[in-house]
Order: sequence, then structure tokens, then C-alpha cells
Amino acid sequence: MTVFAPENIAFIMGGFVRTVEISALAILCSLILGTLLALVKQFCTGRLCVFRWIVSIYIELFRCTPNLLWILFIYFTVKGTDIFISVLAFTIFTSAVMAEIVRGGLNSIPDNQFEAARSQGFGFAAMLRLIILPQTFRTIIPALFSQCTTVIKDSSYLAGINVAEFMYTTRVIMAQATNLSQVLLLYGFVFALYFILNFGISLFVRAYQRRLVAA
Amino acid sequence: MLEGILSANRWHLLFTQMDIFWEGFFFTLAVSVAGLALSMILGTLLGVFSTTRSRALRAISRIYVEFYQNTPLPVQIFFMYMAGPQILQAILGAATPVRIAPFAIGSLGVGLYHAAYVAEVIRTGIESVPRGQLESARSQGFSRAQAYRYIVLPQTFKMILPPLCNQALNLIKNTSVLALIAGGDLMYQADNFVSSSGFLQGYIMACALYFLICFPLAILVQVLESRSKRRPRAKVIPGITTDLDAKEA
Repeated sequence: MTVFAPENIAFIMGGFVRTVEISALAILCSLILGTLLALVKQFCTGRLCVFRWIVSIYIELFRCTPNLLWILFIYFTVKGTDIFISVLAFTIFTSAVMAEIVRGGLNSIPDNQFEAARSQGFGFAAMLRLIILPQTFRTIIPALFSQCTTVIKDSSYLAGINVAEFMYTTRVIMAQATNLSQVLLLYGFVFALYFILNFGISLFVRAYQRRLVAA
Repeated sequence: MLEGILSANRWHLLFTQMDIFWEGFFFTLAVSVAGLALSMILGTLLGVFSTTRSRALRAISRIYVEFYQNTPLPVQIFFMYMAGPQILQAILGAATPVRIAPFAIGSLGVGLYHAAYVAEVIRTGIESVPRGQLESARSQGFSRAQAYRYIVLPQTFKMILPPLCNQALNLIKNTSVLALIAGGDLMYQADNFVSSSGFLQGYIMACALYFLICFPLAILVQVLESRSKRRPRAKVIPGITTDLDAKEA
């Protein structure tokens, strides 16, 4: 059973750590960019309306084309480390989804919150930072975390451009497998680890939602 | 790479090779339709399972949904592509690994994956119609079939149509996973063009073609969503209801 030698397992687990790193960075970056996009789409009216149009086009473009297309596109056009390319590709793609999630949250904030903030003399930036955005983020936590699951799952597309993430490292070791049962065991291992990671997140979301309902 | 984007020869070369793009485009469409059919049938079945009183059926549905929602589609596809032929060989007792056509892997892959999501949509749809709706319909003399036909199902459909269309949209995008296993779909053909010619125009064309299928669906989702949010209005029946009643309803 040389396939399951300690150094092979360590190599595979290195890929798992890489997957988690890439996903976490991509989620963080796309949340920041997505929030900005959502704010532009929501609040740029009147003379600034052109920005709203640009953001709408951006969002629709990325929502209507596959993730893999942008991974390959970035891989071909941008030079940099594997992590940089991966995070960049996921950020431009996922921020479109994040923008829609944040906008959903912004829409759920009652108008009187805005009015009350204004009447208390808050400026636009202070109102967003202190009153609107904290409430927005609290309401979108479930959607945000299910998007995390999606990013973690989609990061396995990166095996297609030879980024040494979990699926890729496992495939490298799998090439040494001599019989079917070894292949099946390795796949079982991959499925199990992805499952534990994502199921953990979905359990957290469910617990959080129950708390919201109870509150 | 980017500087050649406006180059006329490169675009010309792209248009001389458009037939492989159309081939990929129609392959992607065919896989999507087959996958969609599978995911709707299996998803509806699993969704209904999860609302029955049988513990076993509920467990089957739950395990299926959790497994498919929490593991990546590319891994599932790689599994079918790499281990599938050997598993079939072992089961069928064939002499050599049994080759599975990319079309079968693709439609089975996205079909099984999205069935889990469709099942959840169907489940929430069924659960969202209050039981009292069925009971009150029955008490008004509707037969069971009529109650479903006129009262329960219209309410369910209105709720689940937008997320179902959203799943169709995601399914079409996800067929691009076939490019990872040389499946001959649109993404694969585009990637082939780009890696053999070195011209980015291939990706731009793929982007346009995907957009062509998916954007109308995205619009449809928005229309359906705004329609499902509109509150139902009572019909005006002369002599029985007034316009005022209709507005309040």
C-alpha cells in the first residue's frame, strides 16, 4: 500500500490546506468588492447613474457565464503565483454573486432606518458604516456562508489549471494507484474531507438560522 | 496576450473556425437538456420523499441531498470519468474498462448534482403551502384532485418557479465542467482554440455564447421573482364583490 505512505498523505493534505487558503482569501476579497458593487448599484442615482449601469453589466456578465471560463481566462492573461491567479479569478467571479447577496440584504433594511439616521444628523458614510451595513451583514450571514460552500466546491475547478489544490494533489497520488480499490479509497477520502468541511459550514448556518427564528 | 484583442486577423481566424464552437454550443445545449430532465424528475421524486411520513424515504432524500450539496461537482465528474469505467468493468465482468461517453458523464453528472438542489426547492415549495389551504378547499366541496389542481399547486408553482429557473441557469453553466475531462462541450472547444492558436478570442466567443443562453434565463428569473412577490388579487364578480374588495385582497 505505497499509495497511502505518510509522505503521500502529507502531500494530499498540503493540497487541502491550499484549498482552504484560496477559498478563504477569495471569499474575503469578493465580499469586500461585492459590497462596494452593491453600494454602487443601490445608491448611485441621478448623475452617477452611469456607474450603476456599469455595475449591472458586470454582475449580469459574470452571473451568466461559467466560473471555469474566468479561471482559464485569468490563467491565460495574468502572470503571477498560483494563489494570486486563483484568488483573482474567484474574486472577479464571486464578487458579482456577493454583490447580489449584499443588495438583497440592503433591500431588507426598512426605509425608516435610513430616515432615522438622517434625522439624527448622520452623514451618508457614517450612516452606512454605523447603522445600515451592520444590520445588512447580520441578515445575509446564511446566504454568505452558503456562498462559502460554493466557493470551496468550485475551487476544485482549479485542478484544471494545475494549481496544487486538494483535487489536484489527490489526482497526482492517484496516478500511482495500482488497483481499483486504492482509487476508490482515495476518492472516498476526497469526498469525505470536502463533505466534512462543507457540512460543518451548513450546520453552522442552520444553527444560526434557528437562533434568528428564536430571537 | 491582451494586446491582440482588436487584431482583425485573429478575429478572422476565429470566424473561420466557428463550426467547432457551434458544435460545442449544441453539445452543451444537449447535455443541459438531458441533465435538466434528469434533475427535474429525480429532484421532484426526492423532494416528495422528504415530505412523506416514511422515515426511510425521508432519510434517503436527506442523505442524497447532503452528499451532493456538500461535495464538489468536478470531483464527482472526475470520479465518473476515472473510476467509472473500471467499476463498470468489475460489475459487468468485461475484459477491458467500459468506456462511458462524455455525453452520458456530463448529463448524469450535472443531472444528479442539481437533482439535490431541485429536491430542496420542491420540498420548500410543498412545505410553504399551509395545510389549512388543502383542508379549507376540501371543506368547500373540492375533491382531493381539484383541491390540488386549483388551490395547492398554483400556489406551489408560483413559489418554486423562480428558484427552479435559477437551477436551470446554474446547470447550464456547470456543464462547463466537461472541459476538464475533454468532453467536447463549448468550454472545451474554446479552450482548445485558445491553447492551439494562443488567441484569447476563443474565450470571448465562449463568453458570448454562454451569455446568449443564460441571459434570457436570468431575465426570466427576475420576471418570475417579481411576479411571485405580487400579492394575489380577487377577481371582480359583479354583484358579489366590489372593486374595493378586489383592491384589499
